Amino acid sequence: MPKITVNNKEIIFEEGMTVLQACELAGAEIPRFCYHERLSIAGNCRMCLVELEKSSKPIASCAMPATEGMKIKTNTPFVEKARKGVMEFLLANHPLDCPVCDQGGECDLQDQSLFYGMDNSRYTENKRQVKEKYMGPLIKTVMTRCIHCTRCVRFATEVAGIPELGAIGRGEDMEITTYLEKSMESELSANVIDLCPVGALTSKPYAFEARPWDLKKTETIDVMDAVGSNIRVDTYGREVKRVLPRVNEDINEEWISDKTRYSCDGLSKQRLDTPYIRENGKLIKASWNQASNLLISKLKTFDPKQIGGLVGDLADLEMIYSFKSFFEKCIGSSYIESRRDRIYLNPQERINYIFNSSINGIEEADFILLVGTNPRLEATILNARIRKAYVKNGVKIYSIGDPGDLTYPYKNIGSSTSVIKNIVSDSHEISGKIKKSKKPLVIIGESALYSQAGQYVFETLKSFLVEKNFIREDWNALNVLSQQASRVGAIDLGVFLISGDDNFNFFNMLDNDDFKFLYLLGADNISFDKKDKFVVYQGSHGDKGAEIADIILPGAAYTEKNGLFVNLEGKLQNAYKASYPPGDAREDWLIFKDLANLMKKKIGYQNAQQLRKLIKDEIEKKNKKRRY
Amino acid sequence: MSIKKLSKIQPQSFEFSKDNLQKAEEEIKKYPKDRKASAVMALLYLAQNQNDNWIPLAGIKYVANLLGIPYIQVYEVTTFYSMFNLSPVGKYFVQVCTTTPCMLRGAKKIVDVCKKHISKNQNELSENKTCSWVEVECLGACANAPMMQINQDYFEDLDENKTEEIVQSLLKGKLPAPGSARNRKSTAPEKERKTLLQGKNA
Ligand code: SF4
Ligand code: FES
Ligand code: FES
Repeated sequence: MPKITVNNKEIIFEEGMTVLQACELAGAEIPRFCYHERLSIAGNCRMCLVELEKSSKPIASCAMPATEGMKIKTNTPFVEKARKGVMEFLLANHPLDCPVCDQGGECDLQDQSLFYGMDNSRYTENKRQVKEKYMGPLIKTVMTRCIHCTRCVRFATEVAGIPELGAIGRGEDMEITTYLEKSMESELSANVIDLCPVGALTSKPYAFEARPWDLKKTETIDVMDAVGSNIRVDTYGREVKRVLPRVNEDINEEWISDKTRYSCDGLSKQRLDTPYIRENGKLIKASWNQASNLLISKLKTFDPKQIGGLVGDLADLEMIYSFKSFFEKCIGSSYIESRRDRIYLNPQERINYIFNSSINGIEEADFILLVGTNPRLEATILNARIRKAYVKNGVKIYSIGDPGDLTYPYKNIGSSTSVIKNIVSDSHEISGKIKKSKKPLVIIGESALYSQAGQYVFETLKSFLVEKNFIREDWNALNVLSQQASRVGAIDLGVFLISGDDNFNFFNMLDNDDFKFLYLLGADNISFDKKDKFVVYQGSHGDKGAEIADIILPGAAYTEKNGLFVNLEGKLQNAYKASYPPGDAREDWLIFKDLANLMKKKIGYQNAQQLRKLIKDEIEKKNKKRRY
Repeated sequence: MSIKKLSKIQPQSFEFSKDNLQKAEEEIKKYPKDRKASAVMALLYLAQNQNDNWIPLAGIKYVANLLGIPYIQVYEVTTFYSMFNLSPVGKYFVQVCTTTPCMLRGAKKIVDVCKKHISKNQNELSENKTCSWVEVECLGACANAPMMQINQDYFEDLDENKTEEIVQSLLKGKLPAPGSARNRKSTAPEKERKTLLQGKNA
């Protein structure tokens, strides 16, 4: 193992590290602007200068490979003077507008000028002025502040796969822009806001909303897709001001999709903050007592066989479990479903409905087959991983179905089920490629599992993979790409209605008008004929579900409660409460507990701890059942 | 120098002429298949020559598509190098060198001639729309300073009168013979001088 000396301390470093990385390993902090772990090395800001023994000039540590026996110093007056010089040049053209800059308080330039900045300027020349650039509705630009680190350019080109940003001009006239100021067409675009070390790129919707030091930060989980990106929710009082990514190497690295980032503005719109009851065709406000009593008395008038329940997309495990307990123990019905539509499900073992290769596994894959899925829309962060695998390993990607531009090249091999037939019967051009690969990845999307054909698609592909020994302890090529945050967890908890051969029992019953009483738990994305059904909607937003409801019970949104989520890989994650539900809205599991109490039935738990334990036991049981 | 302004008037489309397309393909062939992008400068140069000395947006797109690279990358290149023009210049495009050696030998006077006879400011068309001039940095012909470049040719060893002569002829639509105004043979010394100490300075 090679050795390097940093500030007289000898340490061992890994081959291929840069001097900067080695210094960090030794515990010496290096200031930087352009260097970023996840982007290529540019070496253009020169802030990371360090002293190398026997070198008359300081070296840019981020761009210099560490080699055996180097002697580095990071804390000498020589280094400090060099960095001060760099900082002075950076500030020569930087406006001193921190008081009106949204980056203030979390600005790398601000922080580092605290250590390396001069207290006055020696420049009497005019500062340059750069015109604002339009980059779309999410990114606000103040390009005079740009220090040309090119992080944003590298991110767009390398990670997002949308080479739309660039640096035009040169020298003092260099400017960052998109081609002719088009808006950035990437669903990861807003990550450049976090990457920009200064206030050149900031968040447009968040402009002048708050100061970072005034915000309460809560680390939690995103529910906009099934990936379960780790996020930080910043709140001011009750209001969620912004959502930022949190590092999780196994899931989202440090990116989040624009949807995740900006969905929080919906948390203050169209909220249900009080129960409603429909009287003479109109929804009128009611008290919890009125609403619950009406609900219970209505329940009594129906046969349990006529009562169905549907779980929505954003439900956490607490919500799902208490819903299920309520149905089974208090109503005596087991007609509950969590799928949004007729999407084939084989619940026999857990590997049938999760993303088995794991998101990290994508980077190891040497063959990827997409089946009826558009990961760019359905799981943006996962798509970024596929792109990373493509950039890093040049993995070959094929798709059944045409998802359009996925930010990496892939080959469309048709869109009919006959393609699958050919593949499994070894008569397709890619059959051989799958067989030859060591770690193939088959990603099955919901649209491939839709309706009757879904069964064929899934079971054929699965048995093909089993037969070729690609479902093993150490590598499982079978992946189902769920789209909703609640999906995998709900199936883990057994919320689906399959009877015998009828995989879509619930939906068939719904179409046959078998249900007279329908309980929608935050389920908005379902279309059915209401007819004379009595509909209860419990959820956070007044959307499609609430519109048709006869009783509305206001629940908490995902930032307003502690909850467990299972992501598409089957990972159990904790979400934390960042703020409070509005008005009379309450956490959903409490609503069910109180309803049970009113009905004088036992629901099986009294407090959140008990509920959690029940859930965790259940999930653990599921996890153990995995067999190969 | 400041960032180049794009011309407001842009042609709808741009395509290489048959000749240029062939040349372009030859350029592309010089690089490995996955490094096609390297031919970008050569192609832009062809495009500029074909389009009266400036590159329209349609040309940028055309070159990008030909090489299979994003538009912004080609745009970056065109804005980086001062020799690519992004808005129309005169049919006779005069580039006057004003870097130190030329400056010492009287480049300022040449600039003055241009100001007087072509246009008040650089990058503007002359009254009859055939001529424009621009100040540039060293063109590598310092031994024959002061000098200027008109389209593809160098005009060297200039003085006020000679420049005026050249400019007048340009305005009349005639490109005079390039080369040294004092009939020097490239950079060879005049009057058969062998050393610098022989005779007076030119
Ligand atoms: S806009 Fe920000 S990230 Fe992009 S080059 Fe400028 S300073 Fe760097
Ligand atoms: S961090 Fe090393 S040059 Fe920018
Ligand atoms: S300085 Fe004018 S050509 Fe070199």
